[in-house]
Amino acid sequence: MSDTASADTRPNALSAWPDARGRFGDYGGRFVAETLMPNILELEAAYEDAKRDVNFQREMEEFLRDYVGKPSPIYFAERLTENFGGAKIWLKRDELNHTGSHKINNCLGQVLLAKRMGKTRIIAETGAGQHGVATATVAARFGIPCTVFMGATDVERQAPNVFRMKLLGAEVIPVTSGTGTLKDAMNEALRDWVTNVSDTFYVIGTVAGPHPYPAMVRDFQSIIGREARAQMLDRLGRLPDAAVACIGGGSNAMGLFHPFIEDENVRLIGVEAAGHGIETGKHAASLKGGEPGILHGNKTYLLQDKDGQIIDAHSISAGLDYPGIGPEHAFLHDAKRAEYVSATDEEAMEMFQLCTKLEGIIPALEPAHALARVRDLAKELGPDGLILMNMCGRGDKDVPQVAEMLGVKL
Amino acid sequence: MTNRITTRFNELEAYGRPGFVAYMMAGDGDSQALLNALPEAGADVIELGMPFTDPMADGPSIQASALRALDAGMTLKGVFDQAAKFREHDTDTPLVLMGYANPIHHMGFENFARQAEKAGVDGLICVDIPPEEDSELRTALEAHGIALIRLATPTTDDKRLETVVENTSGFVYYVSTTGVTGAASGMAQEVGAAVSRVKSASGLPVVVGFGVRTPEQAAAIAAEADAVVVGSAIVDAMHEGGVAAATELVHTLSQAAHGAKK
Ligand SMILES: Cc1ncc(COP(=O)(O)O)c(C=O)c1O
Repeated sequence: MSDTASADTRPNALSAWPDARGRFGDYGGRFVAETLMPNILELEAAYEDAKRDVNFQREMEEFLRDYVGKPSPIYFAERLTENFGGAKIWLKRDELNHTGSHKINNCLGQVLLAKRMGKTRIIAETGAGQHGVATATVAARFGIPCTVFMGATDVERQAPNVFRMKLLGAEVIPVTSGTGTLKDAMNEALRDWVTNVSDTFYVIGTVAGPHPYPAMVRDFQSIIGREARAQMLDRLGRLPDAAVACIGGGSNAMGLFHPFIEDENVRLIGVEAAGHGIETGKHAASLKGGEPGILHGNKTYLLQDKDGQIIDAHSISAGLDYPGIGPEHAFLHDAKRAEYVSATDEEAMEMFQLCTKLEGIIPALEPAHALARVRDLAKELGPDGLILMNMCGRGDKDVPQVAEMLGVKL
Repeated sequence: MTNRITTRFNELEAYGRPGFVAYMMAGDGDSQALLNALPEAGADVIELGMPFTDPMADGPSIQASALRALDAGMTLKGVFDQAAKFREHDTDTPLVLMGYANPIHHMGFENFARQAEKAGVDGLICVDIPPEEDSELRTALEAHGIALIRLATPTTDDKRLETVVENTSGFVYYVSTTGVTGAASGMAQEVGAAVSRVKSASGLPVVVGFGVRTPEQAAAIAAEADAVVVGSAIVDAMHEGGVAAATELVHTLSQAAHGAKK
């Protein structure tokens, strides 16, 4: 009855998924139109091949070091620790990456793969514009034409990032279909891909989409957790009690979590966007407020109504404004290996300002959500506790929006 | 049980003429009236669209139509109601539902199949469930005598075609072009070659669609296939001119298709 893997092909470690069919338990898979199936299979084969190729790995490492600025440090947030009055808080500083977020870890991998596959055109979807900017950046570096689909609503909200992408030589296409937000940008990117199947590489920005994207994006983002795990052992001689990250589609969280999955004593905590509050219905918390379904190539938790129609997500943070979540999170959620909580718009605004004042680090609104739950957790764990949070992006992009919300005219 | 799809394609074969397949969206405008009028206007098979918020494989016409239908309150239950009402007047014309996975998954595959059978539905085209993922759905549909119709496309090579036609029934839908609904259609010549390939691999009738708008195109494609599908143009006519304009268009298109030399 169920489409899950048969017993003999089931990976026996939680960290060893997906199976050969791209399933994480019952989640994931390849739910795309037939036209795209050959592309997806070609991509899977090309990625498997690249993974085993030392030259590809070496090229990645070089660009990660010299272009992205890896490794990013871990940093003891002493004043936040003091303020929260509990566990020690360490930040993984992925906001220091080139272009200002974790997104580039993945874009670099995918664009190098596109180049290797001989693709001559890059497309991407973007919400806040961070993934669009990171993709346009790497595409510029390798001289590959790039088209970014962005919801018309987001084009207005994120004007500076739109201009950045254009400076980088990308074509930005405002998407007016549907409700003009991230999910519609993804629909439109899929429509473009189905039309330009032979020459185009679709750089998906999170751990969602048809197999192999969720696994591939996770692998590229796992540098976050691999570095942080080694850095903690090196600096502190121990692993954290909890690793915490915000979740839009879940790529920075999956990248942080994955290298810790088999470390049973490390709690993995994902923070979804609760918008105005989950009880209001205006939120982006797919796990807490959604149900399993099928969208954008994979089976996962989705915000949907009683008829299975997709409900628009709401979050102050355009990067979290997505009605789904990567299938591996759905799997870890059901397996109870990771915990999923949420933070509201208001809490994110408060943490945005607090972190800026206390640490001199302007966080993006996305990780500001994670910080709200780090505050509770710090109290819960007490002074002996140790928390690792992924500071996945810097807040420069959010300054105009925050100013407006605070009633300040720039 | 009698299979309306097979019966209909056998009839067309016996007449020696290609068929015409009309696509329409349930819930956009007076869709019950259009549905009921389609056989008389010349549709040999009807594809009834089930609206979805995120129709990834559709172009602007059908996207907008789906959103209008949803705004007007259309649901899967509403689609079944329209199908059942249609069956009160027409017991012969095959009715194939076409849509996306999530609403069907949400209703539950078994529940969907049971209600579809009760409503007199003959087949299902689910755009975003490829053969690799459809065993659960197919099992549920088979138990209720509903054909799961697969899509073949210009990117489906011979090797993959084996996977696509395995376990399929009813007919195969050949998508004439890489792209979304409503975009430019494939060249008739290339379509002819592809149809032969799909026919010999599947042993099933092959209908061709995507991007066919005019009587000339319909005739050219129909000449190469067992039937030609028109969607976006009918949806546009319905939106702009109501049931009268849409039936008029179906009449013109179906005449062109029926008159095409095989
Ligand atoms: C800084 C930042 N963090 C998080 C996200 C959300 O994505 P993900 O959950 O895939 O990490 C975004 C997306 O734009 C982002 O820009």
